[in-house]
Amino acid sequence: MSSPKAVPAADSLPREKVEQFDRELAAITRRYPEDRRASALIPALRLGQELFGHLSPEVQRLAATRLGVTPGRADEVATFYVMFHTRPQGRHVVEMCTNVSCCLTGAERIWAHLQRKLGVKPGETTPDGRITLREVECLGSCGTAPAMLVDEEMHERLTVEKVDEILGRLE
Amino acid sequence: MSETRILTARWGKPGSATLASYRADGGYRALDKALSQEPAALVEEVKRSNLRGRGGAGFATGLKWSFLPKDVRPRYLTVNADESEPGTFKDRYIIEHDPHQLIEGIAICCFANDIHLAYVYIRGEFARQARILEAALEEARQAGIIGPRLLGKKDFEVDIQVHRGAGAYICGEESALLESLEGKKGYPRLKPPFPAVVGLWGKPTIINNVETLANLPWIVEHGGQAFAALGTGKSGGTRLFCVSGHVNRPGVYEKPVHQNLRQLIFEDCGGIVGGRKVKAVIPGGSSAPVLAASEIDVSLEFDALKAAGTMAGSGGVIVFDESTCMVRALHRIARFYAEESCGQCTPCREGTPWMEGVLEKLEAGHGQAADVARLEQMANSIMGMTICALGDAAAMPVQSFVKKFKDEFLQHATEHRCPFGETAWGLDQSSRPARVGELSY
Ligand SMILES: Cc1cc2nc3c(=O)[nH]c(=O)nc-3n(C[C@H](O)[C@H](O)[C@H](O)COP(=O)(O)O)c2cc1C
Ligand code: SF4
Ligand code: FES
Repeated sequence: MSSPKAVPAADSLPREKVEQFDRELAAITRRYPEDRRASALIPALRLGQELFGHLSPEVQRLAATRLGVTPGRADEVATFYVMFHTRPQGRHVVEMCTNVSCCLTGAERIWAHLQRKLGVKPGETTPDGRITLREVECLGSCGTAPAMLVDEEMHERLTVEKVDEILGRLE
Repeated sequence: MSETRILTARWGKPGSATLASYRADGGYRALDKALSQEPAALVEEVKRSNLRGRGGAGFATGLKWSFLPKDVRPRYLTVNADESEPGTFKDRYIIEHDPHQLIEGIAICCFANDIHLAYVYIRGEFARQARILEAALEEARQAGIIGPRLLGKKDFEVDIQVHRGAGAYICGEESALLESLEGKKGYPRLKPPFPAVVGLWGKPTIINNVETLANLPWIVEHGGQAFAALGTGKSGGTRLFCVSGHVNRPGVYEKPVHQNLRQLIFEDCGGIVGGRKVKAVIPGGSSAPVLAASEIDVSLEFDALKAAGTMAGSGGVIVFDESTCMVRALHRIARFYAEESCGQCTPCREGTPWMEGVLEKLEAGHGQAADVARLEQMANSIMGMTICALGDAAAMPVQSFVKKFKDEFLQHATEHRCPFGETAWGLDQSSRPARVGELSY
């Protein structure tokens, strides 16, 4: 495995985190043939988002240079996929499905409750920075609908009470 | 009659996802048997089994494999675990409850087709399932089942890697999946060439759904003929039907591929909530044309549903009771496709949001009768005019809902309101316990 190209990271990113990024990226790129490092772009952006909070231009550039792709391509990918965020997010992310099977089992009521309770519209973050709320498409939990993801953890068979309890646990 | 269960047999056993448990139940014996056979014979066995793709198109698996050019190497396998078609929720449970069955299937496919590197493309939202699969793969590597030598004895390298997506329905479409796996946005490719000829990194590539591959160990162990005998006509085996919506017992049911739809709803799923009547059923994921209540006495087999004007698709059966508003339901479906269109082709990029807008207007009571006709025209003009099948997937629900429930659409226009009002999603919208194989959720 060749070592990542020694390109200096964008100055504004904390050094220790960039080092951690490089260490973890090395493990990721091993999953692809050596001449296909660009395939690691999605996992690299995910890693960047996990470590730095969101995909700022600096983080995108970091991922791009390490994999030998253009920053333009990193930007294209970062804006194409709904799980990538180019702006800061709340400490927690709540993503509720409102697709058909979920609506047939009461998602509309719960979705309205979520917006009311958090006082935000879809895509917004509570003023205290605690929770970002998003409406998402089918999560593959239609049999145990309604469903939502909280920080990538699936919660199913939601009721208003259950949602309140879940939100209550988020710091 | 006791029913053969291939995919769900081990779900719910303690530790079913572990290698020890899989081995205790005879796991990886099929791979061992496969290794003693000629690869070409395995492909023939799969052809004999009448296994057809469970991802959406129902293409014959053995036939697809035989499209690989004879002399081009390397070849790759990509496993489609994107599972994003609304109403579909089965591959996740295969991965959660029996990941080694999938891994064994992948290994068999690789050996049969002279493939040494496979990627499981799993939707980004399935973080837990990705972890479970990674753990199972690590166990299999440690045990020497996969890696440089299959089962530690056959000099045949198989490397299996997990590649997580990042949220895009279109990446379930096979060529978009390949683009995404190459580290790009998920823009479907023009076909031909098909992935079997020009696929991942320009090389011949097989793309199969998780459930499709998970059937392979059983086929190798019991023979293609036995698998074919479980089904009917050109479709063999059992299938995981995902039932959601207004039924008493939603869930994942493993049934023969030709299970009767009415039986599935009324016997397996305990009928409709509150004893109400069925109004409509989408039989194969939200892209499949809807069936009216009078049409549900039908076999769910691929060709039978095609003859009925719809498709078996992904096995996602969505049930609407008589108290549901079809305009509201279609509006939500249309919004999904508008949201997920990648924007490459004009009819899909422009047509999907247009249809969504008209449906929103109708549902809000601001539509005209002429809008209903224009909806149909727009759907017809998208159909068959796009690079990938998402265009058709967006058009077919509109065509079928409007055709079969036209009065209801017109009623919205003439009364300038939704006749169902606050309860457009049904009188009983409660969540009911699901059956997943033998498990309760
Ligand atoms: C818009 C679109 C989305 C799709 N999504 C999926 C999916 O999530 N999972 C899947 O297995 N197949 C999906 N497919 C079908 C794949 O393109 C492909 O036919 C399938 O993975 C082939 O595997 P199979 O032959 O084993 O079914 C989708 C197709 C289209 C057009
Ligand atoms: S049909 Fe739609 S999703 Fe498919 S390539 Fe064209 S614009 Fe993209
Ligand atoms: S429709 Fe909500 S999880 Fe599938």
